[in-house]
Amino acid sequence: MSAAAAAPALAGRPGRGVGHALELRGLSKRYGSFTAVDAVSLGIERGQFLTLLGPSGSGKTTILMAIAGFVAPSEGAVLLDGRDITALPPERRDFGMVFQGYALFPHMTVAENVAFPLRVRRLSRAEREAKVRAALDLVQLDRFAERRPAQLSGGQQQRVALARALVFDPDLLLLDEPLSALDKKLRAELQDELKALHRRVGRTFVNVTHDQEEALSLSDQVAILNHGRLVQMGAPEALYERPRTRFVADFLGTSNFLRGQVEAAGGGEMQLRAGETRLRQAGGDLPPGATALLSLRPEKIALLGAGEAAANQVTGSIAAWAYLGAGFSLTVRTSDLGALRVALPAWRAPIAPSEGLPVRLGWAADAAVPVLEDGDAA
Amino acid sequence: MPRDAAVLPAAPAARSGFALPRETGWWLLLLPAFLLMTVLYLAPILQVLAISVTEPAPGLGNYERLLTSPGLQRVIGTTLRICLITTLVSLLLGYALSYVIALASPRARRWWLLGVLLPLWISVLVRAFAWVTLLRRQGLVNEGLLSLGLIEAPLPLVWNEFGIVVGMVHYMVPYAVLPMLAAMREIDPRLLAAARGLGASRGTAFRRVFLPLSAPGLVAAGLLVFIVSLGFYITPAILGGGKTLMAAEWIKLQILDLVRWGMGAMLATMLVVTILTLLGVFSRLLDLRRLFGGGR
Repeated sequence: MSAAAAAPALAGRPGRGVGHALELRGLSKRYGSFTAVDAVSLGIERGQFLTLLGPSGSGKTTILMAIAGFVAPSEGAVLLDGRDITALPPERRDFGMVFQGYALFPHMTVAENVAFPLRVRRLSRAEREAKVRAALDLVQLDRFAERRPAQLSGGQQQRVALARALVFDPDLLLLDEPLSALDKKLRAELQDELKALHRRVGRTFVNVTHDQEEALSLSDQVAILNHGRLVQMGAPEALYERPRTRFVADFLGTSNFLRGQVEAAGGGEMQLRAGETRLRQAGGDLPPGATALLSLRPEKIALLGAGEAAANQVTGSIAAWAYLGAGFSLTVRTSDLGALRVALPAWRAPIAPSEGLPVRLGWAADAAVPVLEDGDAA
Repeated sequence: MPRDAAVLPAAPAARSGFALPRETGWWLLLLPAFLLMTVLYLAPILQVLAISVTEPAPGLGNYERLLTSPGLQRVIGTTLRICLITTLVSLLLGYALSYVIALASPRARRWWLLGVLLPLWISVLVRAFAWVTLLRRQGLVNEGLLSLGLIEAPLPLVWNEFGIVVGMVHYMVPYAVLPMLAAMREIDPRLLAAARGLGASRGTAFRRVFLPLSAPGLVAAGLLVFIVSLGFYITPAILGGGKTLMAAEWIKLQILDLVRWGMGAMLATMLVVTILTLLGVFSRLLDLRRLFGGGR
């Protein structure tokens, strides 16, 4: 609270570098024989937006609750700026938190809700009022100060929860599925707002979600979790472009998986063989004879016209297709590589898709990425 | 639900005249219940009211005694005092019980509830005599304390106001628990976590969040316990030993022993008026609760 309390208002502080650095060191949580979180270590720098992403049961919420202090880890430590805070109760950590479903106090007005963290910190009335006004301004809800939460829409309630979590200048803001209760359009709107807010207040944000789009669009860093383990962590584009395992490639966006035998390797390239088809793949250092697993995004596959060539080519026929407005989603059956998902822009598409139509697909040698099977990744 | 009830009879009027006989048929189904209520409940109450202003002579003479009779005032004072103490103690015990039950696991909650409701199935007479056995001079409590050397002479635990309060609290705790538990079960447990996450200690989170949200249940339970306490008859009669007179026993005394029907009917009417007034307050508080969003 020391440095934060001295700051006059939340907005208008420098954009980066405030907030706190957070580190998890070998964090585990077991409930009886069930391991919810399994030796997770990760760090986040000051002022960054970290998202913990994973399917339900991946342990992401348990990790957030351990950071907040509601869950005592079975092993490991939570460090704030290098200081061990594992044993601190939640109210002494001074983290802002937006709960799933917002958890606004129904018996208080919006202003009273936002003033709650200031009231329990015994701030003077004048100080309280000024900060509440600034926080409500920040989320553009100044006109709703005297309403009760039940009189607000979901999006407005979400903003009240944000204002309440930010009003006491916490250096770390924890968000537990903050957008999951909203409909799709509102969610996209609030995603932009949340991102702008992060830039404005410059605090360290830790977000939990199962929505991969939200994770990609909001975060500086994404930590992907599965079965309580940290699978991969990195910037969104790094995770999308260079997934380390099959799970990451599959969970972030959609992906085709190609399996082939390594025939030769060298010069930064592998030659693979899948049935009668030969593939050229950039990168990868598997010895000849090994089986390689490649992740190939649907949008990186092109439809080849007559006379066009690509490093990798395969023929097949359309088994199914769907029109999605911006593009077509094709499922092309091939004899050696199975069914391939292809994303085709609808604007001036070279073909009119129909079932059974023969097509020729091609992709560059660096379009696909070698990934590990999930069993090998641990 | 007065609003919903008002809508129902209005609906058939909007339809065509043909439908009317059928609608009347439906209303006939309500007749037995209506007659039962009128003949067996409303009529006797009105009769009591009538007796109170006609016996022994027409006029408000009986009601005048409220202001002039010290004996009657003492009975009313005793009744109010015992009922208030009973209500406060029942609320205190009941609130703690409800809190534990509301936050318990579903399995534990079932056992707690069974424990709370079990006394309701035992006759009030049996329970009163059980308390006499426990609390009298040679009872288990006094004998136990004597043999432990904690007291030198038996404590006067029964045949006084203390005994009455013990018996009444024992009877009223379930009535206090049920409305409060209902209110507490509606409180989202995440609100308490939210309060602590925002910097409130356990105590502050309880005081600023849980207590205000459970207040409607507390008020409802308080009124319910107080209203039921006002009419207690058997428990005070047995545990009071005839020395402490409460309203119900006083009424019985007037009517059956002294044959002063007018006086008995007067106090009975006063009880009904008090209860109706309290119920008026009660229903307004329930509306307030809806205003708060029902604890959501």
